[in-house]
Amino acid sequence: MRKQCEGSQAVAEAVALCRPEVICAYPISPQTHIVEGLGELVKSGDLAKCEFLNVESEFAAMSVAIGASAAGARTYTATASQGLLFMTEAVYNASGLGLPIVMTIANRAIGAPINIWNDHSDSMSQRDCGWIQVFAETNQEALDLHIQAFKLAEELSLPVMVCMDGFILTHAYERVDIPSQEQVDAFLPPYVPRQSLDPDDPVSIGAMVGPEAFAEVRYLAHAKQLQALDWIPRIAAEFGQMFGRDAGGLVRGYRLEDAQTIVIALGSVLGTIKDTVDELREAGLKVGVLGITSFRPFPLAAIRQAVQGARRLVVLEKSLAVGIGGIVATDVRMAIDGLPIKVNTVIAGLGGRAITKASLHRVLRQAMDEQLEPVHFLDLDLGIVNRVLERERAQRRTGPIPEQILRQVGAVASRIA
Amino acid sequence: MFQIRIHGRGGQGVVTAAEMLSVAAFLEGRYAQAFPSFGSERTGAPVVAFCRLDDKEIRLREPIMQPDALIIQDPTLLHQVDVLAGLRHPEGCILINTQRTFEEIGLGEFVQDLHPRNLVTLPATELSFKHVGRAVPNVPLMGGFAAICGLISIDSVVAAIQEKFRGKVAEGNIAAAREAYDIVKADLKEAGYA
Amino acid sequence: MDAQIKFYQTGTFTVGNRLLAPEQRSVQADMERTNSLNSGHRACQGCGEALGARYAIDAAMRASDSQLIAANATGCLEVFSTPYPETSWQIPWIHSLFGNTAAVATGIAAAMRVKGRKSVRVIAQGGDGGTTDIGLGCLSGMFERNDDVLYVCYDNQGYMNTGVQRSSATPPAARTATTMAVGKEPGNPFGQGKDLPRIAMAHGIPYVATATVADLRDLERKVTKAMAMHGARYIHIFVPCPLGWGAQAQDTIKLARLAKETGIFPVYEAEHGEITQVSKIRHRVPVEEYLQPQRRYAHLFGKPPLVATIAKIQELADCNIRRYGLLEAEGS
Repeated sequence: MRKQCEGSQAVAEAVALCRPEVICAYPISPQTHIVEGLGELVKSGDLAKCEFLNVESEFAAMSVAIGASAAGARTYTATASQGLLFMTEAVYNASGLGLPIVMTIANRAIGAPINIWNDHSDSMSQRDCGWIQVFAETNQEALDLHIQAFKLAEELSLPVMVCMDGFILTHAYERVDIPSQEQVDAFLPPYVPRQSLDPDDPVSIGAMVGPEAFAEVRYLAHAKQLQALDWIPRIAAEFGQMFGRDAGGLVRGYRLEDAQTIVIALGSVLGTIKDTVDELREAGLKVGVLGITSFRPFPLAAIRQAVQGARRLVVLEKSLAVGIGGIVATDVRMAIDGLPIKVNTVIAGLGGRAITKASLHRVLRQAMDEQLEPVHFLDLDLGIVNRVLERERAQRRTGPIPEQILRQVGAVASRIA
Repeated sequence: MFQIRIHGRGGQGVVTAAEMLSVAAFLEGRYAQAFPSFGSERTGAPVVAFCRLDDKEIRLREPIMQPDALIIQDPTLLHQVDVLAGLRHPEGCILINTQRTFEEIGLGEFVQDLHPRNLVTLPATELSFKHVGRAVPNVPLMGGFAAICGLISIDSVVAAIQEKFRGKVAEGNIAAAREAYDIVKADLKEAGYA
Repeated sequence: MDAQIKFYQTGTFTVGNRLLAPEQRSVQADMERTNSLNSGHRACQGCGEALGARYAIDAAMRASDSQLIAANATGCLEVFSTPYPETSWQIPWIHSLFGNTAAVATGIAAAMRVKGRKSVRVIAQGGDGGTTDIGLGCLSGMFERNDDVLYVCYDNQGYMNTGVQRSSATPPAARTATTMAVGKEPGNPFGQGKDLPRIAMAHGIPYVATATVADLRDLERKVTKAMAMHGARYIHIFVPCPLGWGAQAQDTIKLARLAKETGIFPVYEAEHGEITQVSKIRHRVPVEEYLQPQRRYAHLFGKPPLVATIAKIQELADCNIRRYGLLEAEGS
């Protein structure tokens, strides 16, 4: 059924259609509306046979999820930013134990300094933990990916993180098509665990594993993620047949056919990039877009295949590996190893700074003119940065950095963007 | 694509206005996108919300820097925030919640090259007090918006209100929206722009 | 049997089980007991925790008709009971992390509820470190929500598995690796620490009890009683650690008894925040008798002995006796 609603609401309805049995979450902006929506559905009885628990921290949220999933229940939670970090120990525990938990990450920057706006630093911080990570481009894809996520997780016995841009997607009203319960039931059968805590068949879960076997256990986790490289497209194809929509998959190309320059990105910024690329194409420039939907497992072969004809890649990412540069760009470089393709990293949108078509036009033209440095920070005010560094050279007690910068930036409340 | 930017203060329903406009457009079969400027909202602080309308899927996600229409729910913002920034000339529309004229609020020069049929002042706060009993100027302004720009019908606005509100609140808002619509229509007719 | 037979329990091997009717015997006396924590685990000789866990879980298994799932915190019990690739648990058991055991148990209970498996009960267990320190947040959450979980804390008063470091359950003056017996105030400082049973009572949960491994029947009775209830329940079991305390392996049960008989460890029950039963001291004993066999208190008995410190410990015991009415003459 088509409706116009908030992204969070759409996700809540999609998760509810998946018949979750235990939902346990702790509120954090910008995930709150998703969990509130689900809480209301459970309390009103619309979502039956579901336990909704208000837990005392994100660490508790993931821990309750671990217990519930290990006991055979289909389990869901959601978090962002600081919350994801606070539950990190449990996040690793869940994937290490092979529990098919599905979690929404409403992507938000990690502090300090505290920032509630969107970027990808939170899910990027957990890229090695063994969870599958998929990124939604639109609210429609966000809700579709959740339905696919439960199927994928339970097939592989691996937890899945569905990442959607905080505020930009979660709090945006747009048109979505919400499937029917019958459709979802036909696509997603009841959860049959590979392992579970059951007095009728006791097992010990979570024992210590020493040097004699740890490597094999970890390798198996890696091997399962590599299996996901096959399962993700398969499930996306099945989804397409059942629901009539293209959602999920490993990567999605746009106007790649004869592209000399390809822009690579994750998440909602792909929309703005596509509008920009259309305009560049009209101006005669051969530019294409590659959206990465599955970030973990990282689709090395699919990316290599998609970009091999290009001369240049511009990886636009909302993440920064402090001390080195890009995160996605580094993974992309691995995919094209050996090919004669140049890669530019453009770090943009940190802490929710808007990524505009105008800036994209400028930076893409610079890249195509070979005028762009290997790692470029979009719309960075270097003047401000240099003034802070200058001050630090001049005196010892400079005070907190954010304060120094904000003084230069001036009143923000009166700004439009 | 038609881009609307709504300015107001926290507590005046700026975000809800954008959302309801998008629902109204959806009900007419169009694509619409609505989102706030994601500030740390506090009652009284300046708030901006955006709404895009189009006949095809909207992919763009940047804030609206060059709006086709501006809805200003609180005229005190005029001297605090550059609410008029980027408005398209000469086709741009402006709706302001005020009982004064554009000249009286100091915008005479700015709106010189804008078409008069696209410039509307509306006593939205007074209308909302009359019909709803609270200062919620967002809905009357939506009614006024339906009367100009020719993009959304008043019936769609009413339907959007009914989706959001129930009972007496819905009734009051609908009455406020309809009266605002009628006022603007009457003003336009009087000025010769029927 | 008409007359009620009272035996002074001196150890699990005596007690006169043979003279009691079968239904009065302890779970441990039953050849058909579950042996939930089976032999072959790697605990130290004389480990109080292994003893407490066996007593508690076997009792819980009987009470739940063997429909029990256990969540276990990181710690000695978890480590010595599941040395890869073996496990000594005969019941469904999960170890997740150090600080989240109560939350994991909450999740299991929620899963059983949603699946309609009403007869399956959930027990969470951890040491003092995993309960009073790192696990307190999740424990408090479980209490506050009144989740249907029985949490059992095996209190050996320190982080033993990692080398005997101080926890918030470590008593004053005790030597640990991080509160060494040096300086002006040797051992753990006075004026610190958490009283978890009282914190549990403050949450108003249906049942809170303390017990020791010196009184098997009392422990079994309390576990059985807790299992007959629903909602959040907490049992705090005093379990001496020979290695960590510097005591003889054969003194584990004796030390547990002395802790009670000095008044240092009050044994009682509470429901919804109000104390309902207190185990009286049978033969009151000065704290020295309890402290001396433990090398973690050796510095109190050196040359010269730290008389003032011992007196302070005695004062704390006296305070417990007054507060809980531990002597027959006092209290009602």
